[in-house]
Amino acid sequence: MENVNFLYELFGKNIISVTLIVSLPLVFVLIYALIAILAELKVSAWIQERLGPMRTGPWGILQPIAEVVKLIQKEDITPDKSSKLLYNLAPFVIFTGAYAAFAVIPFSEYFVPSGINLGLFYVFAIGSISALGIVMGGWASNNKYSLMGAMRSVSQLISYEIPAAMAILSVVVLASSMNMQEINHQQTGWFWNWNLFGGPGSWTKIWIIPFTVLLTFIYFISSLAETNRVPFDIPEGESELVAGFHTEYSGMKFAMFFFAEYANMFVVAAILTTIFLGGWNSPFDTFLQGPIWGSFWFVLKAFSVVLVQIWIRWTLPRYRVDQLMYVGWKVLLPLSFVSFLAISFYVMLK
Amino acid sequence: MDLITIGFYFLAALTIVFGAIVVITKNIMHSAFSLLFTFAGIAGLYVLMQADFLAITQIMIYIGGILVLIIFGVMLTTHITGVDVRSGTLGKFQMIGAVMMMIVIAVSLIVVFMSTRWFLAESQPVEETAPQIGNLLLTKYLLAFEAASMLLLIAIVGAAFIARKHK
Repeated sequence: MENVNFLYELFGKNIISVTLIVSLPLVFVLIYALIAILAELKVSAWIQERLGPMRTGPWGILQPIAEVVKLIQKEDITPDKSSKLLYNLAPFVIFTGAYAAFAVIPFSEYFVPSGINLGLFYVFAIGSISALGIVMGGWASNNKYSLMGAMRSVSQLISYEIPAAMAILSVVVLASSMNMQEINHQQTGWFWNWNLFGGPGSWTKIWIIPFTVLLTFIYFISSLAETNRVPFDIPEGESELVAGFHTEYSGMKFAMFFFAEYANMFVVAAILTTIFLGGWNSPFDTFLQGPIWGSFWFVLKAFSVVLVQIWIRWTLPRYRVDQLMYVGWKVLLPLSFVSFLAISFYVMLK
Repeated sequence: MDLITIGFYFLAALTIVFGAIVVITKNIMHSAFSLLFTFAGIAGLYVLMQADFLAITQIMIYIGGILVLIIFGVMLTTHITGVDVRSGTLGKFQMIGAVMMMIVIAVSLIVVFMSTRWFLAESQPVEETAPQIGNLLLTKYLLAFEAASMLLLIAIVGAAFIARKHK
């Protein structure tokens, strides 16, 4: 399938269009991060029956900008005994990991920065670079809390990568493709064509619907763990490790960590949207279906997933380390294997 | 010079420079992190050779591998145990041996490189590589594939055996 990119159509394939394609997601991430920070503040306030920030702008909607200005003004501290180079490099490595994933995310039928055929595999492989940045920062800080946060982050990533991989692999088997754009094209039509409901197909697909729904939840839970969100935020758990791997960071470098976390949240939400929730397809067949509405649906779905992540953060308590390992290895892993087998059977019989 | 040539030299330089740092630096952690950039450079070279599947596999396996390596590095460095573990320098005798080995390998590589007649294939657009690799693995290289899976199975069983509770 030919991947269409509207910028190439407009400007041809030259240095200008390539630069635009590379920087467009960055603009999106910047705006999105501000909105997500506001959402985090407001949703947490509403869940705890508070008003949240109210003073900057009407209903406090300018609060994220105030936060950013505050972070820029703060002193940039590098601890004396830290290993300077790695300490200063870590925030960039983390953000690189988060932003690299945007290369294959299909925002619309006519916009995907790079429509490679191995999109899903790539996005999954690149995901662990952020964990590497966490380890780098945690180790270079020369602080025991940072180091413990980093170690926890690695163990968590290694454990939860496998269920997430099985969930993605099941979709690859179901769609017989790793191209994210093609997976989107297959889910066109009503919402029961989404992979969440077994993908397109006749009534015989009914018996795999429980498995695909299960896989969606498995992927969502694993993605929470991969982005270090509650209930899996043990790498930074405030009550145990001060602030975990970013304890020593301040000012803009801390902001980079923060920023990367929100970018990562969007990446996993976007993957979930693409592989299970129909991506840029409208839920109602041809209703509001089209390239521009496509990006609307995509952002809407992905942002809803981000909101669920925020909602969970302010509702659930944190897991202990051993509980985290238990859930990863003894619950999610077997369930994902069973679902994978069921879906393979279905595809074989189809 | 076109973009691909510039890209090649950049990636080759990246690989070589960080590869040298891996060997030269005495700090285990710096070594491990440099290894990351070396592998990233190699992955980039694979992309230039249009082996996209291989490139992503490279990123996937080696970043995970380096993470584990780093955990061991962390356990061995000052930050936790207070014992400073650094890679040491070689003695005189070993140094002579190493230099001689290096010269022999370098000379033989250069001789092979100069004496081989290199054939440059016409560059042509490559089809999807993943299905091709899949087909080959399940037909032509089935035995090797199955042998590798047996090896992994044995490793998993062995790990479980070592980790179990002794009664």
